[in-house]
This record gives sequence, structure tokens and C-alpha cells, in this order.
Amino acid sequence: MQVTSSVRKPLITGGKTVHDVTEDICRQVEAKPSKLWGMAFGISVVTLLIGFVAVATTLWEGIGMWGLNKTVGWAWDITNFVWWVGIGHAGTLISAILLLFRQKWRMSINRAAEAMTIFAVICAAQFPILHMGRPWLGAYWALPLPNTFGSLWVNFNSPLLWDVFAISTYFSVSLVFWFLGLVPDFATIRDRATGIRKKIYGALSLGWDGAAKTWSRYESVSLILAGLATPLVLSVHTIVSFDFATSVIPGWHTTIFPPYFVAGAIFSGFAMVLTLMLVTRAVFKLQDYITIEHIEMMNIVIIVTGSIVGIAYITEFFIAWYSGVPAEQYAFYNRMQGPYWWAYWSMMTCNVISPQLFWFKKIRTSIAATFILSIIVNIGMWFERFVIIVTSLHRDFLPSSWAMFYPTIYDVGVYVFTFGLFFTAFFLFAKFFPVINMAEVKSIIKSSSEKTA
Amino acid sequence: MKENQKTYWKGIEQLTNDAEFVKKNESEFPEYLPISEQGGETNNRRDFLKLMGFGVAAATLAACEAPVRKAIPYLNKPVDVDPSVPNYYASTYVNGGDAVSVVVKTREGRPIKVEGNKYSTITKGGTNAQVEASVLSLYDKERLTNPLKEGAEIDWETLDREVTAKLADIAAKGGQIRIVSNTVLSPTTKKAVAEFVAKYPTAQHVSYDPVSAYGITEGNKRSFGEAMIPSYDFSKAKTIVSVGADFLGTWISPIEFSKQYAQTRKINEHHREMSRHYQFESNLSLTGANADYRTPIKPSQVGPLVAAMYNAIAAKAGQPKVSGGSVSADHLNAAANELWANRGQSLLVCGSNDPAVQVLVNGINSMLGNYGTTINANAPVHYRQGDDMAMANLAKDLNAGRIAGLIFFNCNPLYNSAEASALAAGVAKATLTVSTSDRLDETASAVQYVAPDHHYLEQWNDAELRSGYISLTQPTISPLFKTRQAPESFLKWAGQDVEYYTYLQNNWRETYFAKQSDISNFQMFWDKALYDGVVDFGTTAKNLNYDFAAAATAATSIGQNYKSAGSGLELALYEKIGIGDGSLANNPWLQEMPDPVTKATWDNYLTISIAQANELGIEMKEGETQLVSLTVGGSTIEVPALVQPGQAEGTVGLAIGYGRTKAGRVANGVGVNAYPFITKLNGANTMDVLAGVSVAATGKPYRIAQTQTHQTYMGRENVIQESVLTEYKKDTKAGRVYPKIYKDGKYYKPSKITLWSGHEYNNHHWGMTIDMNSCTGCSACTVACQAENNIPVVGKEEVLNRREMAWIRIDRYYSAANPAGNKKELEQAAANPEVTFQPMMCQHCNNAPCETVCPVAATTHSTEGLNQMTYNRCIGTRYCANNCPYKVRRFNWFKYHDNTQFDKNSSMNNDLGKMVLNPDVTVRARGVMEKCSMCVQRIQAGKLAAKREGRRPVDGEINTACASACPSDAITFGDLNDPNSKISQLLQIEEKKEGEKVTERVVNEDRAYHVLEELNVNPNVWYMTKIRNKDKETTEA
Repeated sequence: MQVTSSVRKPLITGGKTVHDVTEDICRQVEAKPSKLWGMAFGISVVTLLIGFVAVATTLWEGIGMWGLNKTVGWAWDITNFVWWVGIGHAGTLISAILLLFRQKWRMSINRAAEAMTIFAVICAAQFPILHMGRPWLGAYWALPLPNTFGSLWVNFNSPLLWDVFAISTYFSVSLVFWFLGLVPDFATIRDRATGIRKKIYGALSLGWDGAAKTWSRYESVSLILAGLATPLVLSVHTIVSFDFATSVIPGWHTTIFPPYFVAGAIFSGFAMVLTLMLVTRAVFKLQDYITIEHIEMMNIVIIVTGSIVGIAYITEFFIAWYSGVPAEQYAFYNRMQGPYWWAYWSMMTCNVISPQLFWFKKIRTSIAATFILSIIVNIGMWFERFVIIVTSLHRDFLPSSWAMFYPTIYDVGVYVFTFGLFFTAFFLFAKFFPVINMAEVKSIIKSSSEKTA
Repeated sequence: MKENQKTYWKGIEQLTNDAEFVKKNESEFPEYLPISEQGGETNNRRDFLKLMGFGVAAATLAACEAPVRKAIPYLNKPVDVDPSVPNYYASTYVNGGDAVSVVVKTREGRPIKVEGNKYSTITKGGTNAQVEASVLSLYDKERLTNPLKEGAEIDWETLDREVTAKLADIAAKGGQIRIVSNTVLSPTTKKAVAEFVAKYPTAQHVSYDPVSAYGITEGNKRSFGEAMIPSYDFSKAKTIVSVGADFLGTWISPIEFSKQYAQTRKINEHHREMSRHYQFESNLSLTGANADYRTPIKPSQVGPLVAAMYNAIAAKAGQPKVSGGSVSADHLNAAANELWANRGQSLLVCGSNDPAVQVLVNGINSMLGNYGTTINANAPVHYRQGDDMAMANLAKDLNAGRIAGLIFFNCNPLYNSAEASALAAGVAKATLTVSTSDRLDETASAVQYVAPDHHYLEQWNDAELRSGYISLTQPTISPLFKTRQAPESFLKWAGQDVEYYTYLQNNWRETYFAKQSDISNFQMFWDKALYDGVVDFGTTAKNLNYDFAAAATAATSIGQNYKSAGSGLELALYEKIGIGDGSLANNPWLQEMPDPVTKATWDNYLTISIAQANELGIEMKEGETQLVSLTVGGSTIEVPALVQPGQAEGTVGLAIGYGRTKAGRVANGVGVNAYPFITKLNGANTMDVLAGVSVAATGKPYRIAQTQTHQTYMGRENVIQESVLTEYKKDTKAGRVYPKIYKDGKYYKPSKITLWSGHEYNNHHWGMTIDMNSCTGCSACTVACQAENNIPVVGKEEVLNRREMAWIRIDRYYSAANPAGNKKELEQAAANPEVTFQPMMCQHCNNAPCETVCPVAATTHSTEGLNQMTYNRCIGTRYCANNCPYKVRRFNWFKYHDNTQFDKNSSMNNDLGKMVLNPDVTVRARGVMEKCSMCVQRIQAGKLAAKREGRRPVDGEINTACASACPSDAITFGDLNDPNSKISQLLQIEEKKEGEKVTERVVNEDRAYHVLEELNVNPNVWYMTKIRNKDKETTEA
């Protein structure tokens, strides 16, 4: 058991007792949906449906509904894919790596962050399927399934196949990890519930009995899963970056991509966690659980990862110049000064310059500033992927094929669809699942109450 | 034991042996079972199961649409038709005055591909885009299926009866009858027309050409006393000077000239000589793009420039000078000096239709002694026989009511003649009007009777392309519709009921069979002529003397007509390579073929110089431009402007052949009609408007669908490697760039540093070379590929979306205005740029980047070096296309077949159009990737043919569609493992050693290079450096 210094500031404020925790968290689950929740959920579902029109049209008519062309074969689809996968990273980082590092402040945010991971990966997974010309076949042909086509097998050389493995592993481990953490809390709700709710939460809690042995097993499995999930935090985006790094296209063909992508993923993931947590905190009145201290901690992570990303950008430029490869040099010149200069400079401003504002304590402890900056960072990270994918493709080796990419309403629509999907899922989660890990938070209440006592 | 023999009764009934029991005991179940109750009111369980089973099966069967099988086996198989085995027939493509000897490939009785006839002494197997595309026009849904009277269908008997009666009536009243046609090349047709004229003596045959060469025939008449167009031989010319003649693209006989010209552009280390080509022109033509030195001039300078050239040569030849000729143009003196230095081996051609100018051109060539070497006046060509004066008179007579009968024979003068509006106004004044058009075009819709002619692929005919050279047309399919051959109609109306085939044979028996003595049996003679497709009797020499007195008269005329260097804007009309005069406008392959120079599809546009674009404030970006209002004389039209580097300042260019209103759904409404701007100069039609032209910006945005929007190659020497002849003479490696990769303190060839183990090809190893020196950019290959490989047409919108499907494209690069400038400046094309054409298709990389990234292994490498695409397996991630450094992969963004949204893709969207599809090539589904296969179906067919005969395929027997279409022999395809193949010789590739990997093979030809060699994708396609015959490297052509 680790020792917590008694001079440490309490992680949960407001002098909450263990019972208060149960009450505060379960209230959201047990009470009737609030008007605000209803509105938010309604908007999400409407967004999902509107987006679905774009998805259905794309599936019915073909990928031609998007703005892609002979030169730019990927644009919003893979941009969105990488963006969503990146967002997912924060959840795993918080729950797995911070667990291993015994960072107790993570306890009040990890549940929502993990939920975000799951939903973000689900959103991300839409794109590899939807972007295929023939998703009805590709959805299973991309898997190494035994088949009756003769000796037909997938191509293990292809980074896209590695993606299939990376994402599916990541998704399953994250899901199990998340669900496991939910089990004791489901049991708490079960114990308080009656009727059908008792049955449902009873089933979800897998017969949790709260015995010491059960708790011991729970802790061990958590640790094992944390150990399993930790390399995944690094591997998933590394493999996603291989889609680009193993190619021959200038601007893609870069060995710096794996660490740079991982840093970027954590960067955008933390920003997204902040965005969501700040809203949840206000709506569910969880100010005592998600404190300014949490926000500040996460902002510090954002400064660090944002700076790593910034250094990566500069390194890319240096290497492009240093390599002496004209195509490479042109690709980076084109990013800054070509027709998509605005995308590049949006990325630079949002990702490199704006997070540096968090050096000021006033800004990093300001909720409004944090909220705005967290959104800016996510915009910037979307542009990062757009810049990498589109500006590298649109002017590659042969000038005869240089072209522009203009998104259509369907490109936007499919992106909107994933937003609808994400928020619908997130609001369902927020209503029906405990948004804060009660069991874990109770453990830090104790240590802080000891201090006050 | 006895106790064991007990009998157990089943019941008291057995003991008592009840009669009822005994009866039931025999059956399996003695007690009552409900199954026995049949035919009762209630259905039992088994019935229920039976009914349900039947019901489910019936419902399932009803849900499956039973396929309608239209394939019917032969009861009696035709002798020549074997399913899946193609037949080839020699024939002749004829469209107006254009004719090419071709070989038609048919499958199961359907013509599907047109190729050049190698026996032709004119085109020698070459074709052009229009010839390649013509097979689709056969299956055009807009063709008439029946004769018409006032737009209503009638039968041929009625039509013949009524037309004959009206003709007789006109003849009886002494009314005038005219047959109007384009150039008629067929001697037999001419004979039929003559018989018609004999029957109706007031009839006259008037021919015109949409793009007239009347000035040349008239010029020759004035110079030599004989109205003709001589044949030219560019292959013998060391110096070629062209004043406005687009001889590689549209002028007189471009395929023939491309073949000849290419011979003078072929160089290798043993032959370091090539012709030098000067071009003086207003619009940047295909020919100008290939010139070594190109000078932009205004149309008003053409006459004075030719006069100046005449005087320069006359001074050297000791002939009297003529008046005029005070003009200064770059390279004029150099051109004159070289012409003189290479006299007898030089050639001056001029595209002007002014007889006076042509007289001087003839004078220059006479003084240079080019007649007999590069010009053969003894073998005149017949492609343009139109008489502009006769046509003008016809329009006058018609409007004056002097013409009673008017027959439009396969022509559309209400659209494509200079007299279109006059004819349209007067056509109703004739008492009988007949058209033989194949569709209800602008002319046919204005006449009383339409007697539609066969398509050339449905008919018997002949064509005399050059004096003594006759090419036969034989049908490759029985007529699809109730059409009848026009000369047969003429014969019928002249009272002769004879089948045209018989008439043709009889004519041949009387004329050509009699002319020769080699073959004594007519049937044998006929069969040989049919097999070869061509008969060449040669010509007899005549003595032609140039009349120098004509030169002086001509010069005076020039002095009057060309107010030298007028300051106003001038308009130069021109023909595009694809659409030409507009007669084939309803062919979507030609509409979507990018113009070789502008790379624009589906439009005509005003080409404006860079200077003028700056003046008007027009900057083209991704095809975005403006509509400008063009005023010529009194009329104003709005037309999109296209900024054209190389356009002479003070001039604008506009293509004819567009703005069709009644060509069909593909062509109607595409572009604007420029024919009304054709005027007369010196009695001949002129495409140049020298005065009264103005252009104003309208500010209305417009997008021109270009397949290439970036003009320069950004100084990338790994893409284009070029040099000049003087350098090449010194070093055959001139212009070559050898990339090196740095590793551990040393520089290596890219192929020496690799993770790839390399393939070994033990059987065949297919490869291709492309000689950028002889490629003229004509785009015949692109249409050939489209026809061969069932490539869909996507329409203007999708071209604008940059989604054209071409497997082979021709990249056209202009030199940059400032080649030493920064990256922004490199993007700007020079005002008069050098032009480089680079055909680009799948490079069939041995270390293919596309193959490694496909998640489902849908694109793989063959054992013969081909990069293969398995459409069935493709799931459409497009990763391969992204990772292709050459961007040659094409994705099926939509379903292009059987989709009303793509009805312009007529080869895949109606039953008639689908007949053109090559059954050996899959029509690709939506969502799959496709690309050049190096015509793998042809390779396979060739290998099978050889295998059946127990031999190896012979070099040249297997050829790709692009290579066989190429009129300039720029593309060579073959087996790199065969040391005797043409490609192995060209590349000087060292013979493959046992077990040698492809990556180790050595190519010794210095000019051969791989595009993007530093990537070490190791393509199987090599490019040969572009060498210009210039003294030193400059960017201005």
C-alpha cells in the first residue's frame, strides 16, 4: 500500500463522505433524465440521423459522393479515422499508465475517459469500413478468415491489415478494462435499485459480492489489464502512423511518425477529455470530484505533448531540408506555401502556439480558457491529419497529376454522423452508467478524511 | 424348456381371434392412426408440412428473378465465327475526306476495335484518335433506324417512289438538281453519282470540305496548271518549315505525316541526326508543340512571312524577288538559310487556304528543288476536293430559287460549311430535299426525305486516297438498321436496280482488274485486294513546271489582303485533334479525350495569350476561368477563355466542331459553334479573321474540364530528362540524370540499396519503351486503350472532379518562364514554351509500392513482370492509388455502367452501345481500382495462339493497343527476355543469365531512363530522353 503524505491537498473537495460519493454519482443514474440531458441527447440523435443520410447515400451511390479524386484517394475519411483513434488514446493512458504510476488524481476522470476511448474507437472504426469501395465485401475480406476462395489470404505486408489487428485488439482490451472497472459500481447501483433496474444492473455487475477475495481479484485483474493496455497506448498509433510511414509519398515517408503520432494522440485525447469533463462536471454538478487540480494536471500533459508535437513538426522540416531530396523538400514547402497553406498554419497555431498559453497558471486553471483551448487543440489535431494526408497527396511526384481536394456535403455528413454516434453513446453512458468510478474515488476520500480528522 | 414356449397375447382380442383384430394386426400400427384420413375436410400434419415446404420453396423461387438467357446456341454455326475467337477484316475508315486503311477486329460478328492496316503504304499501320473512336459511332443510339419523310418513318419503296417521281418531275421541268457532299474518295461512288447525273442532266455534284484545302488545289492550279494536293514525304526532309500547318494533327494526312516525321526524329548512338523543325503559327498546335523552334505569329503575318521567305530563297536561287515580305519574325532567316542549305531535302508547308500564299509556297519548294524528293506532285492525294466557289454559288442559287432538287450526300452543310446560314435560309425553296445522313442532324432535320446511309463498318466501298492507291471497305457486320448505302440510293433513283456490292465488283473488274496483269483471275484479284485491303498501282511521272509569273501576281494579292502586322486582335480558328470538324461529335470517347495541348475535355474555348489574360484579369486555376464575350464582325458570343502559353500575342484561337445542336445527346450543347466565323479570302474559305475581332471579360465564372491543371514539370529532372542535339552528338548521355543514394560515406545507384530481393522471370518478361522524341502527343493511344479495355466515359462533371478513368494519359509539360526561379516561379509557363509530351501509364514496377500496401492482395505481381489487378478481390481502400508515385491507378467512384446518371458513357449504358465492349476485358464494378494491364488479354491470346502451334510467341505478334495505334512508333512493347525482340535491341539490354534477378539486368542504351529512378520501384517501362534539334538549351521554343 502506498503512502500518501498528509500535507497533500485533498483530491476530492467539499468534505465528501463515502456515502456522499454514492449519492452524488448514483443520483444521475437513478433520477429521471433532466431536461438538459434530454435536449443534449435529442440533439445527438438528430445529428446521428442527419449524418446517417450521408452514410447511406455514400453506401448506395459510391465513394464518388465524396470529394476524392484520382490524386487524392484519402482525405476526410482517413483524417477522421486517425483523429478519432487519437482521441481515444487519452482514456487508455489515464486508466492504464496513470494507474501503473499510481496517479490517484486520475480516479475521478478515468471512467469517462475510458468511455470516451470506447466510443471514439467505435467512431474511428466507421471510416475504414465506409471508405472502402466495396464495404460489403471488405468488411470481412480484410480479416484473415479461412475461406473457400482457394488459397486466398490477406496481405500481411499491408499496414492497413496491421491496423485491423491494432484497432481490434485495442478496442477489445479497452472494452474489457472499462467494463471491469464498472462492475463494483454496477453492484452499488444494483444494491440500491428495485424492479427491472435491479435485474439489469444485477446482470451487469456479474454477481459482485464485495468480498475481500473479490476485491483482491478485481485489483489484480485491473493491474494485469493496465499492463496489457499500456503497450497498446503506444502501439496503436504507431501502427496507424505506419499507414503513412511505410509508403513512398513525400510527406508520408517519414521515420519520425510513430512517436510523433503517439504524442499527438495523447495530446488530442487529453483535450477531448477536458472538453467532455468540463461539460459533464457542470451538468452533473461534479465540481467536487473533478477539481481545478485535475484540470491543471491535464493541461500540463497538454503542454508536454503539444511541445513534443511541435518539435516533431520542426524536425520534419529540418529533415526534409537536410535529406536533400527535392520531392521531400517540395512537399514541406508546399505545406507552408502551397494552396493548402491555411490548413498548415491552422495546425501550427492550434497545436503548437495555443497550448503554450498553459504555461500561465492563470490560464491553465481557468475553466473557460481550458474549455476553449481544448477545442482549439482538437481542431488543430484534425488539421494535422488533414495536412499530412491531403497536402502530401495532392502534389506528389508528377506535376501532371497535381490536383486539389474539395470536400462535398457528404464528406462533412459522414463526419457529422460519427459526432452523432459519439455523443449519443456518450450521453447514454452518462445517464445510465456511473460517470465517476465510485469504488476508486471512495478510496481517496478515506485518505483525505484521515487527514482532516 | 417347455415352460419357455409360453405364448403372450397382445390382448383378449388375440385370444378370442376377433375378426377386427386379425384384420388390423397385419398393419404396422394396429391401432387407429390419423394419417389414414385422406381427403377429409381437415388437413393433417403431413399436409401442413408439405404445403409449408411447397410454399417456402415457391416463395423463394418467386423471389429469385430467373435470369433471362439471351445466348442462343448456333443451330448451324457460321463458318467464320467461332465464339471467343476474333476475326480481322481489312477495311477503310472513311469520314468525309478523311480516310485510313484499317483492320477491324470483330468478335462473334461485332466489330469492337479498329486498328491500322500495316499493308497501307500511306499510314503503315498508324491510326489516330478519330479512327480508333469510330467503332463506337457504329453503335450510336442516335443513328436513324429507318428512312424518314418529314420526320415520320416510311419504307424504302415509298421513299424511292416519291423521290424518283419528284426527280422526274424536276427533270421534266428542267429544274436544277444538286448533290452536295463532302469530298468523295470512292471512285465507284463517284461513278454511281455520274450515272445519276447522266439520268438527270441538270444535276451537278458539288463538294465542299468543312475545313477547306481549296486554296492549295487552287494554288497548285495557278503554279503548275493542275488543281491538286501533292503528297508530301517528311521523312526525307532535314529541314521542315511549317507556316500554320498542323501537319501532325489535322492538316491533310496527319497519320501519314506523323509516321514520316517520326522517322526523322529517331536517334540513337549510331544515328545522331534528326530533322530540324521550324513552326510559325498563331495557336499552339500539336505540330507547333513538337517543333524545335516555334515562332508565334499573327494570322495577318502569314502572307507577308511567306513572301519574305520567298524573297530570301529567291535571292539565293537567283530568281526575281516579289513585292511585299517586309516582316520580321524570329527564326525566319535561320529557317530560310537552312531550307536553302538542305535544298532537295527540305520542306515548306503552309496551312493557309489562300491560293496566293500557296502559290508562293510552291515557288519556294520549287526553288529548293523539293519536288521529286519531299513533295510528289505525281501522286496527288484526294482527301480534300471541296470547291469553295462552287459551294458559294450553290448557296446563292438556292436562295435565288434556281435549284429545285437538293440532295445532301453524307454531309451536314447547315452546320459545318461557311454557307450554313445561307443554306438554312434557302433549303425550303427547293421542291425536293433529301439527306443521306445517318442521324437527324442539323441538315437532315431541315429536309423532306432522309435516306440514311450505312456506317462505314456496314458497307462495301472503295476509296482512292492517293492517285493509284485504292483502299477497300468491306462490311464487318450486317446493317444494324434499315439503312441503305447512299450510292445504291443514287443508282436506284437513276433507275438502276443493282446491289452496290455487285456494282462495286463490276467496276473493279472493268477498271482495276483490267489495269493489272499479275493476277489473271478476277476472283483471286478481288480476294487478294480484300485480304490486303489496299491496292497500290503507283503513279506515272508527269512534268510540272512552276510558273514564276504566278508568284508575282500572288505577291501583289498578298500585299493587298494582309495589311502587315495589323494592330487589332485577330482570330485563328482551328480544328481539335479529337473532335475535328465536329462530324464525330456525338462520340463520347472523342469528347472526353483530353486535347493534347490544352488537356481540356468536353468543350471548346477561346485560347488567349498570357499577356491578354493579364490584361483581361483572367487567371486560370484548376480549370476555373471566365466567360468572355467574343465579337467578330457584328456577332457576339460568350465563350470560356483558356490561357494558352504559346498563343501569339494579339491573337485568339477558337476550335470549330462544337456547338452542335442536333448531333445527339452526347454532343448537343457542348461548346460554341465557330463555323459562322469562317469567311472567304481570295475565293477560298479562311479560318483566319484578320480584323473586327474584340474580346471583353464578362466576369462570369466558368470551369473548363482539364485533366491536367499544372503546366510545368517544376524542373524535376527525375520526371523529364531532355537535352539538345548538339549536346547529344557530343555525349549520348546528354540530359540524363543519375540519382545517387548516400550510404556509409559512399554514393550508390538506387537499385543497389534495397530490401527487395527481386523477381526472376524465367519465361517472358514484358516491358515497354516510350520514345519521348518521337511521341507527338496525338492521343491515338489513349482512345485505342479506351476501346480495347472498356474504359468508361465519366462526363464533364466528373472530369472536373478529376476522376477521368484513362489508363494511359499523355502528360504535357510546358517549360517554365524562369527555370532558375523559385518554386512559385517554376509553376508559371513560359509565354512561348517548349513542350514535352510524356505518355504515362502503369509502369509495372518490379518493386511495386501498390502491391505491398493492398490489405487483401488484390494487386499482385505476375511471373512475367506484370503488375496485375484482380478486380474481384479488390475492396477499394485506394491505398494502392495513394502509394502510386505515378498516379496511374483509377478508381470506380460510381457505377459507370447501366446507370442513367452516366448515360453519356454510351458504350455501357444501352444495349446497342454495349456491343462495342471487348468481351475479353471485364467491365469493372463500382468501388474497385483499375489501371493499365499492358493489355494482358492480348498477351494471353498471343501466348495461347503460339502454344497451339507449338512455338514461342514471335516478337511483334503480341502488341498492346497503345503501341499498335501509335502513328509515330513511339511506344514499343515486347519481351525483354527475348534478345532479338525490338525492345531488347532498343534498350540494348544484356541477355538474361541463368537465375538472374530482374533488378540485376543491365540496360546499355544511354537515353533510356526510369521516371523517378531514385525511388527504386524498378519499372518495366523505360522512357527515352527528349532531344530537341536546337543549337543550345533555351526554354523559349
